[in-house]
Amino acid sequence: MSPQASTDALVNDAASSEYLVFSLGDEEYAVDILKVQEIRGYENVTRIANVPEFIKGVTNLRGVIVPIIDLRLKFHLDKVEYGGQTVVIVVNVDDRIVGIVVDGVSDVMSLAPDQIKPAPEFGVTLSSDYLSGIGSLEDRMLVLVDIEKLLTHEEMQLVERTAESA
Amino acid sequence: MDISDFYDTFFEEAEELLADMERLLLDLDVDDPDVEELNAIFRAAHSIKGGAGTFGFTVLQETTHLLENLLDHTRRGELSLRRDIVDTFLETKDMLHDQLDAYRNGGEPDAEAFERISRVLQQMALDELGQQQALTQAPPVDKAPAPAPAVSTPVQSELEPAMQAVEEGKGQRLSITLTGVSDKDRALLVEELEHFGTMVSQSGDTERYQVTLDSSESKDDIEVVLCFIIEPEQLSIEVAAAPAVAASATAETPVAEAPAESASGPAEASTVPTAEAVSDPDSAAPKAESAPARPAGKAGGKAAKGSESSTIRVPVDKVDQIINLVGELIITQSMLEQTASDLDIVSHGPLVNGMNLLQRNARDLQEAVMSIRMMPMDYVFSRFPRLVRDLAAKLGKDVELVTEGKSTELDKSLIERIIDPLTHLVRNSLDHGLEPREKREAAGKPTTGRLTLSAQHQGGNILIEVIDDGAGLNRDKILAKARSSGIAVTDTMSDDDVWQLIFAPGFSTAEQVSDVSGRGVGMDVVKRNIQEMGGHVEILSKTGQGTTTRIVLPLTLAILDGMSIRCGRETFLLPLNAVLESLQPQPEDIYSMAGDDQLLKVRDEYLPIIALHHALDVTDAKTELTEAIAVIVQGEGRRYALLVDDLVGQQQVVVKNLETNYRKVPGISAATILGDGSVALILDIADLHRLDRRKSQQRHEAKRQHLHEVSLV
Repeated sequence: MSPQASTDALVNDAASSEYLVFSLGDEEYAVDILKVQEIRGYENVTRIANVPEFIKGVTNLRGVIVPIIDLRLKFHLDKVEYGGQTVVIVVNVDDRIVGIVVDGVSDVMSLAPDQIKPAPEFGVTLSSDYLSGIGSLEDRMLVLVDIEKLLTHEEMQLVERTAESA
Repeated sequence: MDISDFYDTFFEEAEELLADMERLLLDLDVDDPDVEELNAIFRAAHSIKGGAGTFGFTVLQETTHLLENLLDHTRRGELSLRRDIVDTFLETKDMLHDQLDAYRNGGEPDAEAFERISRVLQQMALDELGQQQALTQAPPVDKAPAPAPAVSTPVQSELEPAMQAVEEGKGQRLSITLTGVSDKDRALLVEELEHFGTMVSQSGDTERYQVTLDSSESKDDIEVVLCFIIEPEQLSIEVAAAPAVAASATAETPVAEAPAESASGPAEASTVPTAEAVSDPDSAAPKAESAPARPAGKAGGKAAKGSESSTIRVPVDKVDQIINLVGELIITQSMLEQTASDLDIVSHGPLVNGMNLLQRNARDLQEAVMSIRMMPMDYVFSRFPRLVRDLAAKLGKDVELVTEGKSTELDKSLIERIIDPLTHLVRNSLDHGLEPREKREAAGKPTTGRLTLSAQHQGGNILIEVIDDGAGLNRDKILAKARSSGIAVTDTMSDDDVWQLIFAPGFSTAEQVSDVSGRGVGMDVVKRNIQEMGGHVEILSKTGQGTTTRIVLPLTLAILDGMSIRCGRETFLLPLNAVLESLQPQPEDIYSMAGDDQLLKVRDEYLPIIALHHALDVTDAKTELTEAIAVIVQGEGRRYALLVDDLVGQQQVVVKNLETNYRKVPGISAATILGDGSVALILDIADLHRLDRRKSQQRHEAKRQHLHEVSLV
């Protein structure tokens, strides 16, 4: 391999980034793979009272108490079922560990910058605030979720804002 | 490796030394200072100076140098202490602390402050020592401590040359003692010493080796060089001007010859130098220098060595990690235990035995690890003598500070968080509690006020009390103040309730706002801080006799004795110390109030009922009051009847913070992991009650809304 080629590869690497693709119902979403800590099954979640419906509760992740959020409920999907296929993506954002429930995880995609289109203005459910764009891959469309913005967003009620924002 | 890698170690060490210095300065009896203490203070300054020099912290080095000089004169008895001198020393210590902080934060210390303090110190040196010189002749050096012991004996034959050397003032005879130095190091040291002057004699073994040296170098210089090879504790250098003294001491008092070190009695000690001071004032100085240096060096060295080998500095997060891991181990162990308990004991005997052993070991390990986090209350109490001293001086009051239970241990995280609230309470007691001298006299009390800080264990709690023998809280004044700030009060309120009023935000009965306290911010913060730590504050007060503020805290936040309860299909934990009793409610004991609220009568007491399933929206729970079990619990000093489905049992759990990855949940204080690996929530009684009230109100609103709509239709 010539030095030139290896530099090219590096540039290419730096420009494109990898995404973990997951499904919610029939839709495909993707998150920055660097934010993902692990993927595990949905089990043993302890309910927490008086919180929004999409916060399923907390679970024990090897001794760490981790909140679990169901993105399907957050995005108001019609069919929400918990079965053997139901998967929890454990992400690490803003020094916090959070599990998000999705219908399934399909693959890891590498997206070049020209494959990422800016996110259009959406309706009410999915604010474009926490979308980093739309990834187009031949006939597939991936909704790229900025998981950090989503999870620290006020309406998620995951993070207490009172003290920090003051 | 960069030298800056060692900065942190130096900062930590210097910080400790400064704390030591302050403590010693405060303990010092100005009229009759203890030589050991003076030496210890001097050594602290000396060590800081050395470190500061090594790392190039010039300002720090120079300030300590000035201080060290003065301290050196003090310990030699050439500078007699006065209160204001100690004050200046304390001020210098504060300055050193500021400088240390500045360096720690990567900056340079305040040059102006440095100049000011060095001027003060230099002036003091000039004033005090100039004066002292004139005095040497008249009174004997009365505080010249401990006699020069055994060391001087072996060199008796060299008496005359030694004297000569001293009188010439150039070269001096030094007696160097090396303790616990290996043969190899010793050879190196002796070689090194030969560069300094003429070796007169050397003898001894590994344990103790003596070198006599004629040298024109100063004692300090030699010490610095030798300390490259050995520890300062192993070395003692004396100016051997002592033979004359030794001789006379032998003649007069044979006791002095015995190597009884500092214990050999101050009587002999003073007679020897006195005789000499009068007969030969010139040699008095070297004598004074040599005498105290030795025993102190030795005793101090031992102490320092002892603590060095018995403690180890470890970052807190490492300890926390161990605690977490042990917590995990315990959970895994109880998981295994559950599995094993289903097995047949006969066919699985060894396994069951092994499980029992594992359980015991795991518990022991947990206990041992938890104790690492425990620190004595002395860590907190030791900072108050200074505060009290300064404040009392500022307020013009005489205050005696008494501390009790210094060795009571408390979790480190709590220790750190208790300092601020406690400081506030102490300030309050000094400012508002203790009366001025005249008032105390008029009330027939001793003019010196007494402030007691005490700590003691009580069950799973620690009680920390701030007790003053001052005027006590003024009930009328508090009530009047409460009325004027719009707090609902009645004259018939119990004393306890009245005292609790001072914790209301913005409440202060001080007529005059001083810069010590009385701004009205504070007591509420104290209360909040302590509640955040899982504790509460109580006040006991008697007019004319004083006030006691009692802080009750759990011993540790990491482990909790809990009572697990069931509601529906969910398991929750109650802190065991909140649980008083449990009972089956009888229909006739349940009373309704204002429609929705219900009370349970328990032995002539009416307790508000909190239905857990209602507060936490538990489905499938027993909703019929008489079917459920009422657990009588207390939170923030009040009692409630908590309705649950079942009591499961008592267990010790590792407390896990919910806020690490999530947020504060109403009614819940933390979470824990149960034996089966699932998460259970730990209930916060007082918060649960608030939550319940809020929900009842919401339901009320909704009902009213509904009624309103109905009536409109």
